[in-house]
Amino acid sequence: MRVMSYREAVIEALREEMTRDGNVFLMGEDVGRMGGVFQATAGLWETFGPSRVFDTPISEVAIVGAALGAALVGLRPVAEIMFVDFTGVAMDQIANQVAKFHFMTGGQAIVPLVIRTQGGVGFGDAAQHSQSLEAWHTHIPGLKVVMPSTPSDAKGLLKTSIRDDNPIIFIEHKLLYQTEGPIPEGDYLVPIGKADIKKEGKDVTIITWSKMVLDSLEAASLLEEEGIHAEVVDLRTLNPLDLDTIIFSVKKTGRAVIVHEACKTGGFGAEIAALIVEKAFDYLDAPIQRIAGIDTPIPYAAPLYRAVIPNPDKIAQAVRGLL
Amino acid sequence: MNQAKLGKTDMLNLFKKMLLVRAFEEKAGELFQQNLIPGFIHLSIGQEASSVGTCSVIRPNDYVASTHRGHGHMIAKGADPKRMFAEILGKSTGYCKGKGGSMHIADFSLGFLGANGVVGGGFPIAVGAGLSIKLRRTDQIAIVFFGDGAANRGTFHEALNMAAIWKLPVIFVCENNQYASTTSISYSLAGGSIAGRACAYGIPGYTANGNDVLEVREIVGRAVLRARSGEGPSIVENKTYRYRGHFEGDPQKYRSPQEIDGFKKEQDPIAVFEIRLKTAKVLTDSAAKKMRKDVAQIIEDAVHYAREAPLPQPEDAMEDLFVNP
Ligand SMILES: Cc1ncc(C[n+]2csc(CCOP(=O)(O)OP(=O)(O)O)c2C)c(N)n1
Ligand SMILES: [Mg+2]
Repeated sequence: MRVMSYREAVIEALREEMTRDGNVFLMGEDVGRMGGVFQATAGLWETFGPSRVFDTPISEVAIVGAALGAALVGLRPVAEIMFVDFTGVAMDQIANQVAKFHFMTGGQAIVPLVIRTQGGVGFGDAAQHSQSLEAWHTHIPGLKVVMPSTPSDAKGLLKTSIRDDNPIIFIEHKLLYQTEGPIPEGDYLVPIGKADIKKEGKDVTIITWSKMVLDSLEAASLLEEEGIHAEVVDLRTLNPLDLDTIIFSVKKTGRAVIVHEACKTGGFGAEIAALIVEKAFDYLDAPIQRIAGIDTPIPYAAPLYRAVIPNPDKIAQAVRGLL
Repeated sequence: MNQAKLGKTDMLNLFKKMLLVRAFEEKAGELFQQNLIPGFIHLSIGQEASSVGTCSVIRPNDYVASTHRGHGHMIAKGADPKRMFAEILGKSTGYCKGKGGSMHIADFSLGFLGANGVVGGGFPIAVGAGLSIKLRRTDQIAIVFFGDGAANRGTFHEALNMAAIWKLPVIFVCENNQYASTTSISYSLAGGSIAGRACAYGIPGYTANGNDVLEVREIVGRAVLRARSGEGPSIVENKTYRYRGHFEGDPQKYRSPQEIDGFKKEQDPIAVFEIRLKTAKVLTDSAAKKMRKDVAQIIEDAVHYAREAPLPQPEDAMEDLFVNP
């Protein structure tokens, strides 16, 4: 198997889908000549040229809105919003237009649109460039939310997303771009709505996504040394949600810890906790725990931002507390 | 307000402020190189005439809404380099207790309403400040600095229209440095002029040589006069150039070193002004040398202060979410 970075996996997915389907095109700030601020579209402008890879002005509303318009009449845009924080700028388009068109038009309109963006805490990017805003997006019916944690999932899910006829927000994490992992050969797809068990275990289920999968796996290996066998469920997509895999695992272990980087209140972890209670209450041997960001904006200084987000130690600590 | 009234000391102060902004930015770049700055920073080297010229024609109680490239604006508004460096190094004695960093640095006691990490975030804030001025019936004004790229945000147009219909004392000061990150205005700016967009809103749109501090003063001064006398907003487009990358560490594949050198050689705002001051015998070589030494000392002291300053404690993150927790 080949080893590739998450960033390269994103590029390869885009390259393959653009090659396969002439209706797929990219638009976003600095995505062309420069290859994106995170270099996640590097080389595509050189291959496909300016009629398939559009640098846009700093106009997030029009980026998403124009991508919607193009999708409504025949193309398959992949629009990039540089930071998930700036989906706030384009939120009317996302929430009121993109996500609702198919439904509002009684199924006439189809919106094969992918909004690629990235989020999460990096290194001192501070309050407006570090957020984890997936819960906003999961709260919009009609929008699929995809958040892969590994290069192979990123590639397979991005390809599936581009082929999907529904609008999708595809949220990468700025600290994942440099991470590496094996990539299957050939034209593989990863289904949307299917979680992946990244590590099996019998004592406790850790349910997580995006970069926190890596932190949770690290926590799980710490715990393994102590004889605690944690199962790590990587949701990969939040909407649609693979509830079956979650419930199956929780019934097996009797304990659930939900880990996300986003702040706790109103986070997607609350939704999962509620679903577990609805579907597997009788199987729980301990209260469900949520390990999440603290309810503050992300501060700038390192001692502060480290304090407000989960890490492997905090996750391991929470798991120990359950057993 | 106008040049004629500028005495020798005023001229020298302008020059010194520009030196201070540049020295601050150069030092910030160095500290970044040394991995002492936890976040990313956008330096304004090359744009000093715009920040210093603009802020030199406004009063201490006027408001300024700034951008991600805001260190120069803040220094020009009178901020303390010590606390600025402390903030940028993420220290608890920084302007925002290490919570904001370069992109969110602010000093409300100076009417400096903050840098902003969201491009185009400052426009409506300045309109609101202008509205407050109008309702409170003071003779203050509000300035919003913005880049050429920000003129393509919807907030630019919404804010301009609102400021114009309500005749608010707001001045939209564009620092057109020809690029929005990697994107050239020749590609992204329809109509080719930001000042030109003013006519759509029935307000004046001035263009200034943004590398000439006296011209910036003169032109922003006109807009200030208009704003203070209740006639409403203006756009001033300062045409300038940034020498450094969009952010420190930017590989800058989108422009040639020759292009940068051309500006440095021919239009450097500090060099141009220095020659002018010397020709007018306002500044001597030895005085210039001393000024540079003084400025270097201020910066050195500021960095020393910032490096010695304590880091915030993890629990400090829980403070400042609400006024009355
Ligand atoms: C709404 C929004 N979109 C994108 C960005 C990313 N970004 C930061 S600065 C910048 C370029 C800004 O260009 P310009 O307005 O010309 O200011 P300059 O950097 O040249 O001073 C971009 C695209 C952002 N911070 N906010
Ligand atoms: Mg610019």
